Parts: sequence; C-alpha cells; structure tokens
Amino acid sequence: MSIDRRQFLKIAGISSILGLGASVASATHTIWEKGLEPPQVGPNTESLTAKKWAMVVDMSKFKTEEDIKKTVTACHLTHNVPDFRNPDGSVDTRHEIKWIWKTGYERAFPGQENKFMAEHLKDMPFMVLCNHCENPPCVRVCPTKATYKLKDGITMQDMHRCIGCRFCMAACPYGARSFNYFDPRKALKPEQVNSEYPTRSKGVVEKCTFCTERLQFGKMPACVEAAPKGGLIFGDIEDAHSQVRKIVETKLTIRRKPDLGTGPSVYYLIGGSDHA
Amino acid sequence: MKLYDGGKIIAGLLIFVGLFMLPFYFNIGKVSAKPELKLDTPAIQQWEKQYGKKECVESKEYMRAEHMQLLNNWRDSVVRDADRGYISDTSHKRFNMSLQNGCMHCHSNKKKFCDECHNYMAVKPFCWDCHIAPKEDGKS
Repeated sequence: MSIDRRQFLKIAGISSILGLGASVASATHTIWEKGLEPPQVGPNTESLTAKKWAMVVDMSKFKTEEDIKKTVTACHLTHNVPDFRNPDGSVDTRHEIKWIWKTGYERAFPGQENKFMAEHLKDMPFMVLCNHCENPPCVRVCPTKATYKLKDGITMQDMHRCIGCRFCMAACPYGARSFNYFDPRKALKPEQVNSEYPTRSKGVVEKCTFCTERLQFGKMPACVEAAPKGGLIFGDIEDAHSQVRKIVETKLTIRRKPDLGTGPSVYYLIGGSDHA
Repeated sequence: MKLYDGGKIIAGLLIFVGLFMLPFYFNIGKVSAKPELKLDTPAIQQWEKQYGKKECVESKEYMRAEHMQLLNNWRDSVVRDADRGYISDTSHKRFNMSLQNGCMHCHSNKKKFCDECHNYMAVKPFCWDCHIAPKEDGKS
C-alpha cells in the first residue's frame, strides 16, 4: 500500500499535535510530583519596617575628623567596600568606591552658597551618601531593572542583574554611585573582610543600601551605630511619631538639590541645637 | 564497481577513525570517581544531635535536583522584596534565606560539597565571584 501526499500530511499533523499534548501533560505532572508549590516566604520576624526610611544628619555632632572617619570606616568595613590606592599610598580618586563620604558645603549644596558665608559652615565636612530619592533618576534609566525601589523607600540594586552600563552613574545628580573598574577583592585586606556580606565583582555599579540587610535583622544601619551619638538619625519619615519626622517638622533642615525633583530622603540639620 | 584511489581513501579513513577514537581509547577501563559529598561539618553534626537527623531546607532528593532553582528563588525574594524568611515545605522549620549566612553555615565545606559535584559536572556557577566562601583549613 502506498500513501499519497495528502494522507502523509494528515498523519504527520495529527501525531505532532498528540505529541505536544503529551509533553505538556507530562511536564505539569512532574511539577506536581516534585512539590514545587509556592513556598511560604515572608519577611524576617525581627525585621524593622517603615513606609519610607529617611536620615537626618546633624552637623553639630560631627566635630572632629575622627568622627567622620569612624563613620565611613564602619560602613565600608561592613560592606566590604574596597580601598583603591595609588602606588604612592594616596586614594585613587578616579577608581575609588564610595558608599558614604565627606565633602564640602559647596559640593554638597551647589547654588546655595553666599558670598559672605559663616566660615565654619564653609569648611564644615558634610557626610554625603545615596539620598534614596523618592523619584530616583538612576532607577528610571537602568535598562535591566538592576536598580529599583524597595517597598520601604530604599533604592536598592541587584548585583546579579547589573550589566555595568553606568547609565545610573550618569543619571545620579549626587555622584552616589561608584563603578568597579577592577576586581574589588584585590583592594580588600583579607583580615578585614566581613564574611557575612558579599563583595562585588568587577564591572558592576554599587552604592549605599541604607543597610537593608541589617534592617532585616532588626539592626540600625552601620553608619548610624558608628556615628557620634545623635549625629545620624534614622527612621520612618512617614511615621508622625518618629524622631526624624519630629526634627524635620520642627527644625530647618536642608536637602541636596531638592529643585531637581528627585525627593531626597537625607536631611541636613545645620542649626545645631539639641533636638533629642 | 571501481573505487579510484581506494587505498589512499581507506587508509585515510582508518587514520581518521583512529585519531577520533583516541580520547576514548585513553579512557578505557578508567572509571572516573563519583562525586562524594561530605556531610560531616560541625554545624551539621550539631543539627543531627539536636533534631535527631540530618535534614536540609527541603528533602534531599528535592535539593539534589532543584537547588539551583531554589537558590534563584531565594535570591529574588531577598534582593528584590527584602523577604528573607522561608518556611520549609518538608519540615515546616523556619530558615533565613542566605547563601553565606544560611547554606554555607551548615555546609562550611565548600570544596567537599559544592565543588565536588560542580567540578564533576563541569559547571561553573558564578556565586563565588561575589559571595565569600567559608574559610577552610586547607586555604583556597
């Protein structure tokens, strides 16, 4: 018996439909068998929660160079931030990685300097970090959604997704983002590595995370703990009873470049009187 | 039927087949060692003492087959939703979703646990480019 073209096509068509159906059925079957139900996932029981985390920097509490250094070092040691140095031992400013650092008034608040400004204000070392903006330009430009907003207002980044395009660095008006030009592990002293936190790899952008990993275990950010008492105040700005909210409501605080519309969450209290 | 240059063709074919089979020939009779995982770290022994059995987050079979998927889900949950609590489907115990502070706390023998299979299967996961492996006596 010989089949003609029409018969052959019919048989081939029917059998391929049957085959597809069978493979779909068997695939669903294996998923049931392996018990891949959505597991019960939720936040840690001890985790600190907020509608919107914010920070107040009380400039009057940072008196000496030592206060600032302690704060920066605490952050950078906690998060395995590499310390790139030039051959002569000075900081390699072209490649350095910064999560929190100090800068002058003119760089922190450009456009707000007066000709005759109080000397102490001009020379005051300001602690600057990622502002965890309400409307972050870095998030908008990221092509892979590697940087994004968490539900508690923190601007986070996913190192697994970052492709190192550096759009976010160009977008951030605060210079809060640093690119890993080299393998950061080369600039980390082995005895200083915090084995509870990962490092980064070459070719990703990093910045401050408001210590989201510490908040999840009920701890305050590392810089807040290391800063002089009351120097950095951290809390939920949406909570009317929180300390940050009270300070922002009762004192004059300034933010960096608010006119850009990014809605920064780091407030600077210059006045200096007691608040607590 | 006549095969032109038959001698050369057949000789060439024989040489080709011979060369092609060389790797197989070298490995004849050699059984490459099966990966053997070590589950004798202090933390696991402690667990066994406390709960009376060795158990992972999920059943052994599930972990063997699906740990990569589980780790990916954990990563997405922790990094993107800041949710780190995981309740096991098998034992209903609560676990902290973390590679460095969770998995590797018990499996502190990366070389005899992770690498043993990964090397055998020639897979190179990039976990350790960033995540810090536990310190082992032999030093890595």
